[in-house]
Amino acid sequence: MNKQLSIEQLKQHVFDGMSIMVGGFMAVGTPEGIVDALLEMNVKDLTLICNDAGLPEKGIGKLINNGQVKTLIASHIGLNPRAGELMGSGEMEVILVPQGTLAERIRSGGAGLGGVLTPTGLGTIVEEGKQILNIQGKDYLLELPLRADLAILYGTEVDTFGNIVYTKTTRNFNPLMATATDKVIVEARDIVEYINPDHVMTPHIFVDYIIKEAK
Amino acid sequence: MDITAMKHLIAKRVAKEFKDGDVVNLGIGLPTLVANFIPNDVTINLQSENGLIGLGPVPQDNIDYDITNAGGQPVTMVNGGMYFDSAMSFAIIRGGHVDVTVLGSLQVDESGSLANWIIPGKMVPGMGGAMDLVTGAKKVIIAMTHTNKGKHKILKKCTLPLTAKHQVNLIVTEMGVMEIQDDGIHLLEYNNEFTLEEIQDATEAKLIINQPKIMDLEE
Repeated sequence: MNKQLSIEQLKQHVFDGMSIMVGGFMAVGTPEGIVDALLEMNVKDLTLICNDAGLPEKGIGKLINNGQVKTLIASHIGLNPRAGELMGSGEMEVILVPQGTLAERIRSGGAGLGGVLTPTGLGTIVEEGKQILNIQGKDYLLELPLRADLAILYGTEVDTFGNIVYTKTTRNFNPLMATATDKVIVEARDIVEYINPDHVMTPHIFVDYIIKEAK
Repeated sequence: MDITAMKHLIAKRVAKEFKDGDVVNLGIGLPTLVANFIPNDVTINLQSENGLIGLGPVPQDNIDYDITNAGGQPVTMVNGGMYFDSAMSFAIIRGGHVDVTVLGSLQVDESGSLANWIIPGKMVPGMGGAMDLVTGAKKVIIAMTHTNKGKHKILKKCTLPLTAKHQVNLIVTEMGVMEIQDDGIHLLEYNNEFTLEEIQDATEAKLIINQPKIMDLEE
């Protein structure tokens, strides 16, 4: 099964109004080549799920600042001032989720769970509209699973099967998102012949397509 | 005292709170300075919520852009350090495996609630990992200037949207060290550049003052 995709073929997999999970933390571990392609295709009304709003010239900041994002689900938007402006003016809906809750909502979306119970956010505006359950004498918020149409990830080493190794702090949300979407496309820094099976961080069964990063 | 001197004093005092082997998460800004003052006989494991333990100093050259802190800035890793994904990172944080977290704050109140993630209509950066950190860490230390240019930050009740309820254990400012207990805020140590009266005047909440020690700022 050949999973390699050219950046031009990416067109077949994206459409206006779709939801996309984007790996990366302050754009570290974000597939910049795929983001640039989405920018060029100018797909619109996207719902993006990402740790943050990127930076103005980096990561999903480029898509936000180009007006392609209808809804952003993230934990932090502070490094991209335009995201705050668009949120303030109502041009972009921003749903802020505590970072650990975002991770677990994605994980539960990919792991077949009905959500997670977390103490994070109790007594704050995060709890508004959510169910509080008392378990063994302690209160928890019920946080629901998150899924999306597509995940775009950044792998450091990807073999031709689609097994992924992430290096250093580029890993962050990437392996979680790999499990939680209908389709997964990874941008590979290097496509390699062999990865030690013990070192695989995302099993290839999750990965649909591999795009080689342009150097 | 100028603001730089204040921040250094606060960071130096916070650094005395750690025990050898502690897992510690330092917030962005003033809390980051604490790493410069760790006593020589104490080794701590610095955790960064983007996915590592073993955070080292900011590199001067040979920068590796794949190693970053939670602000996205390049950092280094010390011997024995390791990387992990965001679910593991927050299992460490929320699961009670972080001994101490040090954060800045806009407001703290006498019930140990804090507000540091949003000023409605003005500043909406988002909570990032702060809500999880203060909820999950065993000890929460707030490191901040005592007032915002004279405006009270240590309050009877926070007025800004909360980051978490009843989670703060210790507040360290340029004026002193305060512990939140069930009956309110106890002034444990004070900086003798200030009188106790001046410290109370700079604090909206009523401080419980019972023979406080002089703030320990020895190197």
